[in-house]
Amino acid sequence: MTILFDGIAYGMLLFILAVGLSVTMGLMNFINLAHGAFAMAGGYLTVVLMQRYEVPFLVCLPLAFVATALLGALLERTLYRPMYRKPHLDQVLFSIGLAFMAVASVDYFVGSQQQIMQLPEWLKGRTELWDGQPWALGMGHYRLFIIAVCAALTVGLQYVLSATRFGSRLRASVDDPRVASGLGINVNVVFAATFAVGSGLAGLGGALGAEVLGLDPTFPLKFMVYFLIVVAVGGTSSITGPLLAALLLGVADVAGKYYVPKLGAFIVYSLMLAILIWRPQGLFVRQGGKS
Amino acid sequence: MDKRFFIRAVASAAMVACVGSAMAQDKFKIGLILPMTGPFASTGKQIEAAARLYIAQNGDTVAGKKVELIVKDDTSAPDVTKRIAQEMVVNDKVNVLAGFGLTPLALATAPIATQSKTPLVVMAAATSSITEASPYIIRTSFTLPQAAVGIADWAPNNGIKKVVSLVADYGPGIDAEKYFKDRFTFNGGQVIETLRVPMRNPDFAPFLQKVRDLKPDALYVFVPSGAGAALMKQFAERGMDKAGIRLIGTGDITDDDILNSMGDVALGVVTSHHYSTSHNSPANKKFVAAFEKANAGLRPNFMAVGGYDGMRVIYEAAKATKGGSGEALLTAMKGQIFESPRGPMFIDAQTRDVVHNIYIRKVERVNGQLYNQEFSTLKDVKDPGKSK
Amino acid sequence: MKSVTSLAQQSVLRTSRMKVWEPVFWLLALASPWLAQQHALIINEIAIVALFAVSLDLVLGYTGIVSLGHAAFLGFGAYAAALFAKWVMPDPLVGLLVGTLAATVLGAVCSTTILRGSDLTRLMVTLGMALILYELANKLDGLTGGSDGLQGVVMGPVLGRYEFDLMGQVAAWYSLSVLFVCFMLARRLVHSPFGATLMAVRDNRLRAMAIGIPVHARLAVVYTTAAGVAGAAGALMAQTTGFASLDVFALDRSADVMLMLVIGGVGWLYGGVAGAIVFKLMHDVISSITPQYWTFWMGLFLVVLVMVGRERLLKPWTWGRT
Repeated sequence: MTILFDGIAYGMLLFILAVGLSVTMGLMNFINLAHGAFAMAGGYLTVVLMQRYEVPFLVCLPLAFVATALLGALLERTLYRPMYRKPHLDQVLFSIGLAFMAVASVDYFVGSQQQIMQLPEWLKGRTELWDGQPWALGMGHYRLFIIAVCAALTVGLQYVLSATRFGSRLRASVDDPRVASGLGINVNVVFAATFAVGSGLAGLGGALGAEVLGLDPTFPLKFMVYFLIVVAVGGTSSITGPLLAALLLGVADVAGKYYVPKLGAFIVYSLMLAILIWRPQGLFVRQGGKS
Repeated sequence: MDKRFFIRAVASAAMVACVGSAMAQDKFKIGLILPMTGPFASTGKQIEAAARLYIAQNGDTVAGKKVELIVKDDTSAPDVTKRIAQEMVVNDKVNVLAGFGLTPLALATAPIATQSKTPLVVMAAATSSITEASPYIIRTSFTLPQAAVGIADWAPNNGIKKVVSLVADYGPGIDAEKYFKDRFTFNGGQVIETLRVPMRNPDFAPFLQKVRDLKPDALYVFVPSGAGAALMKQFAERGMDKAGIRLIGTGDITDDDILNSMGDVALGVVTSHHYSTSHNSPANKKFVAAFEKANAGLRPNFMAVGGYDGMRVIYEAAKATKGGSGEALLTAMKGQIFESPRGPMFIDAQTRDVVHNIYIRKVERVNGQLYNQEFSTLKDVKDPGKSK
Repeated sequence: MKSVTSLAQQSVLRTSRMKVWEPVFWLLALASPWLAQQHALIINEIAIVALFAVSLDLVLGYTGIVSLGHAAFLGFGAYAAALFAKWVMPDPLVGLLVGTLAATVLGAVCSTTILRGSDLTRLMVTLGMALILYELANKLDGLTGGSDGLQGVVMGPVLGRYEFDLMGQVAAWYSLSVLFVCFMLARRLVHSPFGATLMAVRDNRLRAMAIGIPVHARLAVVYTTAAGVAGAAGALMAQTTGFASLDVFALDRSADVMLMLVIGGVGWLYGGVAGAIVFKLMHDVISSITPQYWTFWMGLFLVVLVMVGRERLLKPWTWGRT
């Protein structure tokens, strides 16, 4: 049971990190391989604030979100916007270039060691429930915290998407930007806002994940593969898709490494391959959505 | 495509090629090949800093020749390392090759050393078999077997009988696992499970959970320097210490580079290694002070000391051979005995490998900072990998 | 009786004719290991990577398949050739054939997986293949040497006469020749009616299917061929460096080669060669200036390149204009 719990925590974390990428790709049809760099930015910001300025952890989280969102909005307006029309290959090149620059800059300013985060005391504990296999459930408090935060965010996101005006404008723009702007929706603003929120979420994810996943300058490149897997399997046309995909991925990874440690990473890749071959559009695609 | 452009491009390429290097030969050149980017960049940084410190402290002329240190990044890719080494030997005509952050990088370059008769000083890589890959290889870092037997000797005498071993799945990790297991079993202990963690592992959780379920007396760990912190955090988070499982391992998991930022979770962890920044000797105190001063407070770790001692070996050999190279330089490197910041050490003339003390240390808080405090010493440990 | 070639045929024939600069370029390239002796080693590396890039171009440029796992074939060819040289026979040319064949077989198998799905799916499938091979190679370390790499590959002399020397000249010449031969073959392939159908598939798959082009068969054939060429590049790599290690399968390899190809220009074969030259030389030069932070300048270069417009890189006279 603990394995399931850990897998869910890991999956939720991946979801928060990848959901921005999924929406960006679905909405703006833009392959942004620098997404991991935003996550890294959020993580480093948190670490620096906590270590040098003694800002409490809980305050750092929203700060990471806001700061990265602002950064995303800024970059979107200046650098990314001219890229929308370019072919995918150019976008790939561009975003990899940005990722390289981010990695090297962080290395220069902060150094290449692993950054270690000191959690506040109330997050460090662990609760044990029930003993004996397989019902034993040990829940690290930090992982509980992650699950709680991510669940809240997911509910919030889903609410925004389905029950607010902005959400319906967003969904319209995803389905067909031209018609949407014909209807008077300011697609540019929608894009900018979405990109900002997506990056902000990535930053938040980076801050949350630094403890569990480790944080060093090569973070964007290391984890990009996982984000891409979540997006590919989950599809880009909803947020429940990536959510389920991330959970699946998280649980499979953790369970695989526990039960069959020799095969470790193998499990994840093979699973992804099998899913994509069976359902090339991703597991959860809305009918009539864009591919 | 346009004809004009291509002719221009080709012409400029030809010009670049012909600007060949006409280097003056009264220099003593050291080719330092390190991973300066990628996941092992911190190793490269430490070694480069230590090498430059040595030069700053001992002057940049040796035996009347000016020392030229050529530093190149091999991005931890063995074919790049090999190519850079080849270029250094052929174009720059270096007297000695040095560095080598990882085992495959050293192994790949070994044939170059043999073919060109250039001494190769390994300052970081730690798999036992490296020195056997070429008769021109000298090592000043350490070998995992040396570190592993230290703790394998200490543990049974301190109430640890059942151990689960968890290592990273690559050369040094497998060495660490094997030699620990052999020695520990020889000493009457029992290794109930050996787990191997893939190198590219974002989450230790499932492995640690498994260890918890196996309920050993202690968990023996080897992972490359960066991952040690994450492992320790998760170890504590999972309540393993409260479940009565101790954490032991080789010193890589309490790497001085990041030890201080690990926080209280690291307290009490017992490891065996060849170097601790807090080693109590005048030579070390001087080294640490100078290193921290020259590098904005960065603490030197065992990688740095490997680099520092490597430079010492090179310098002394250069002095003895009056700035020579090849076979003569190699011979002057073998058998050197000296006091290093780590303690006394020598280069075994037979195996060309390093022989030094292995210390058993415990992480304690000293003056508000975390250090590996040495409390027991195994003297003059030769590489067990060779004495078979 | 004069045969009348239609305008369409004429335009295809025109693009397939050799341009004047092509023989010049190739002559210089093949002579470079002697003209620029000190740089023979990097010339060798560039030749190998250029071959790899050309193979990716066949897939990416001529059929529009985005592959982030092309290194799978590079690595497979490399290990096959290395193992062959170590255990069977050290002759380089036979080893080259073995490597190429092995990769071709793998390519044929994998080509079944890339036929369906969107860009992203294919990207992930190809990536997944490469990663799985990486893990396999790591696990089977009795065979492959695991993360230490496969050591002890000693090559015999090329054609029985030319030993691989320390300077790297023989290696460079060897790689360049293989590059030349494969390039000419590829050129022939894409400038043939077969190649024209490939471009039709790339430009509009639906329409191509409508006019009766067997799209899936075409894709499979091209992918398999490209895999073989990549395998040849891998075999060259293993043979000229004398070992094979896990990072031939790594994501960086596939990503780097894609970058090179995109920089040089997708879809005109020379793009792979040009991109390889530019990327490798830039890397080497910047890396010697700043060994630790060269990725920053590389990234900056890429960003600027895309913003300014890729086609402009190889047209220095347009740099002055905005």
